Amino acid sequence: MIYFTDKAWWQHLRDTLKYSLYVCTHPLDGFWDLVHEKRGSIAAANIIVFVAVVVEILRLTLTNFLFISINMEFFNAIIVVMRIILPIFLWTVANWGLTTLMDGKGKMVDIYMAIAYALTPYVIINAVMIVLSRVITFEEGAIYWVLAGFAVLWTGMLILAGMMMIHDYSLTKTILSSLLTIVGMGVIVFVFVVFFSLVSDAVAYFISLYKEILFRVI
Amino acid sequence: MKKISLLLLVCILPLLHVFSEPTKYTYNYDFWSEQVVSPDAYRPSAYILGTSLGVGNFREPQGLFVRGNRVYICDSGNNRILKLEVNEEGEHNLVSVVSSVIIDGDESPFNYPMDIFENRDGCLYITDTNNHRVLKLDEDWNFVYSITKPDDESFEENMEFLPVKLVVDFAGRIFVQARNVNKGLMEFDNRGEFVGYMGANKVKFNFIDYIWKSISTQAQRERMDLFIPIEYSNVALDNDGFVYVSNSSGQADPVRRLNAMGQDILIRNGYEKPIGDLAYGNAGGILGRSRFIDVTAFENDSYACFDRTRGRIFMYDFQGNLLYAFGSVGNKEGYFLQPVALEKMGYALYALDSRASALTRFDLTGYGQMINTALNEYKAGRYESSAEIWEQVLKMNGNYDLAYIGIGRAALRQGDYQKAMKYYKLKHFRVGYGKAFQLYRKQWMEENLWKILLILGILIIVPALIKYSIKIGKEIREA
Repeated sequence: MIYFTDKAWWQHLRDTLKYSLYVCTHPLDGFWDLVHEKRGSIAAANIIVFVAVVVEILRLTLTNFLFISINMEFFNAIIVVMRIILPIFLWTVANWGLTTLMDGKGKMVDIYMAIAYALTPYVIINAVMIVLSRVITFEEGAIYWVLAGFAVLWTGMLILAGMMMIHDYSLTKTILSSLLTIVGMGVIVFVFVVFFSLVSDAVAYFISLYKEILFRVI
Repeated sequence: MKKISLLLLVCILPLLHVFSEPTKYTYNYDFWSEQVVSPDAYRPSAYILGTSLGVGNFREPQGLFVRGNRVYICDSGNNRILKLEVNEEGEHNLVSVVSSVIIDGDESPFNYPMDIFENRDGCLYITDTNNHRVLKLDEDWNFVYSITKPDDESFEENMEFLPVKLVVDFAGRIFVQARNVNKGLMEFDNRGEFVGYMGANKVKFNFIDYIWKSISTQAQRERMDLFIPIEYSNVALDNDGFVYVSNSSGQADPVRRLNAMGQDILIRNGYEKPIGDLAYGNAGGILGRSRFIDVTAFENDSYACFDRTRGRIFMYDFQGNLLYAFGSVGNKEGYFLQPVALEKMGYALYALDSRASALTRFDLTGYGQMINTALNEYKAGRYESSAEIWEQVLKMNGNYDLAYIGIGRAALRQGDYQKAMKYYKLKHFRVGYGKAFQLYRKQWMEENLWKILLILGILIIVPALIKYSIKIGKEIREA
């Protein structure tokens, strides 16, 4: 609680948030300093992720229908939130688990921070695109699609650069570890699904056992 | 207690009966590929059985043809062809029953004739399937010539020539769909000489199928579909002399419109391609996508496709928009057991059912008539009057997407861009909306440019003025 009254803390937050813009344009330097020079903060990372979620929801609801096919009848903001938060979480865990075995230098916190900072261009470009989509026509849609692809490419590139810097890897090792991370994410999801189905089976078993006892004994 | 529940049951029963009536006879698909119920566009107006014509039941009728007010039915199982005429009261009268043809003085009976075509000059063409021949007769059923197995190296020697369906185009060329021929339609010139093949389906297979095939055993492989071009299920000629073909494989394009070169020139601008049902379940043992067994084209370039899977008739307009779909599998009037052929007479439809051995005539309802009039008005370029009719259609069916788009189109032409945008947006018509929006944006800019310039001017001039006055003030003070 002491943070919120501390002027220096706010100052630090502002600086670290501002630093995300620097990271976008100077990925290698930026990510190195982000963790090694303590130029980033978890609070700023949280804010970026939060804004990313908000922008994604706005994108799905406010983009002109010319460029997006979404049936509002079945729109669920919670799922949209999950679609952003879950992959970040999974990537962080899987990547950390993997890179500790592949002598990566990054901590879990660093990985999270790098991912969040890498989302910056996606957030900014998408925010611009929402406005843009409402003033351009279908024929001019090329601009929109180029921008959309550009945002994804830039973010992907930043994630790679971030992983490379915080783990102090070579490029090939980064790409390899990233691919393995994606496999790892799949494994985690699989284990969770199996675990939950087993648990629900077990619960169902005990419930039916309880019911059986009620019928027979009492 | 029991009495009360019995009383309740008695009260509820009639209600249940009402609600168990099928309500989805006619429907349409919206932008999200979901079924939307619609008023009936077609209703059965006549149900014709062999016995009602006084010639005994049909057996496996396969072919149907309509020209003018004449209806030909190929009663294939009985080896005969029936000719009916429809009089002005809509009654179907039997004109003749033909089961053989005289060739060089000898009587030669038909053997499972599967299709008949009456050319514009009145000549009749018959695919006499199990006799391995195509017959050309004049208008009085006199023999002219017959086409038998072509002596051509593209036609394998040990293969039987089994002509199934045929059409004759305006130039007198005969297009025959023969069984086990997958190179397309067999084309014969007007003297009956074999010319070649036309409009073969492209071979289509996906990569996963290919992998499955390469790892499966011989026995499994035999049960799979082969990667060969697909045979057409039926052919039809439209008003402009183009050939419509359907195929019931469930693969490839279910319906195509071929030009003289055999290229597909069907327009597919609808929400989805004309493939019949977009969403389907697996109910009562009926599964899989629609399989078109026949197609027929109307004067206004709309066309109707007959779905073998669910006994439904899908009607598309000239742009490929689904106008309405209706029908189902069943024993009632307007339902089908085994659809085989579909023909049109004006806007009326004739549908032949091979297992029910019955011919059903469908006539447009007021609702269907309105849709077709609106389409015709639109095709003739009278957008305003078509919009008025679309308004009427909307009163009968508020879920009719084409009506919204039609009204939007008229509004666009009248320069009411905002109304056009509103109607287009409601039905996700992107191209139209883009156009309307572009014009609206231009109009808006022309009207509001001075405001923008004014605001910009103020934003630039005012700070400059303030700066200048401060500077002046300073100078005055310093002086």
